[in-house]
Amino acid sequence: MIALHHSGLANAAMIGSIVVAATLGDVMIASAMRQIGDLDEIKAESGLMGAIKAVVTNTRFFCGVAAMAVSFFSLLFALSHADLSLVAPASASLTVVTNTVAGKIFLKENVDRRRWLAALCVCVGVALLAR
Amino acid sequence: MMFPASHFSLAAFSFPFMTRSTMTFRRYLVLAFVSVSAPLGDTFLDVGMKSIGPVSLTHVTTLFHAVTAPWVAGGIVLLIGFFASYLTALSWADLTFVLPATSFGNVVVALLARFWRHEQISLSRWAGIFLITAAVGFVMRGPSYTEHEKPLPSANREEVCQL
Repeated sequence: MIALHHSGLANAAMIGSIVVAATLGDVMIASAMRQIGDLDEIKAESGLMGAIKAVVTNTRFFCGVAAMAVSFFSLLFALSHADLSLVAPASASLTVVTNTVAGKIFLKENVDRRRWLAALCVCVGVALLAR
Repeated sequence: MMFPASHFSLAAFSFPFMTRSTMTFRRYLVLAFVSVSAPLGDTFLDVGMKSIGPVSLTHVTTLFHAVTAPWVAGGIVLLIGFFASYLTALSWADLTFVLPATSFGNVVVALLARFWRHEQISLSRWAGIFLITAAVGFVMRGPSYTEHEKPLPSANREEVCQL
């Protein structure tokens, strides 16, 4: 019983770290892209190399990529301890919800009823797809 | 004439942000590419790695050779294309718009599994496909970008209030 409880806690911790790192990465990258501006306009003014330079010289972008890398390695670690059928759908569907909350709080996006409903549908839909 | 602040009803002051649609036909195509390229890239990698066989820890260098396999190389190209178009999408649309809009990729994976890999799709998976498709429909009908209003300098704000 204790072992099962411990295993459940360990799974929750592993899934939690994947979700937190993925959300951090997505929010940092989205924030970086907002800071950089419309890439279509940058490309029209400075060409493709100008757009690439604008992205790769942004510190926040690299912090986001680093967080995504942490999320990826957390996923690999979790997969070596827990079942794919648990880790993949749980982390994917929770990340959709945490990204919506983080988008509202940190990116100050207008998350209206429509977007909440869409996030919940995706969350449940991903969980159902993985069954 | 002076108005009390509570009667002041400019949208910029009543709401901290405004939303607008930044979508064009070309941008819908970018979102479609984001949705399709990630699952297609993953499937290419899956096919390539299955053809190579299990890689043991004592022969990790096999992974470097795997990159030159046509399916794996094709998968990598698709995933690079996915990341570039995902970044482009985030530069003109909100994260909370892009994520549900591109979640259709999960449906693409299920359909690829059904019609390419000939796997069975259960009733609960069809329900999942329906929910995700509904979510894409919801979010695509709304605004795509939150415009943050820059606060007016205090001197200008007083002038506006006195109008």
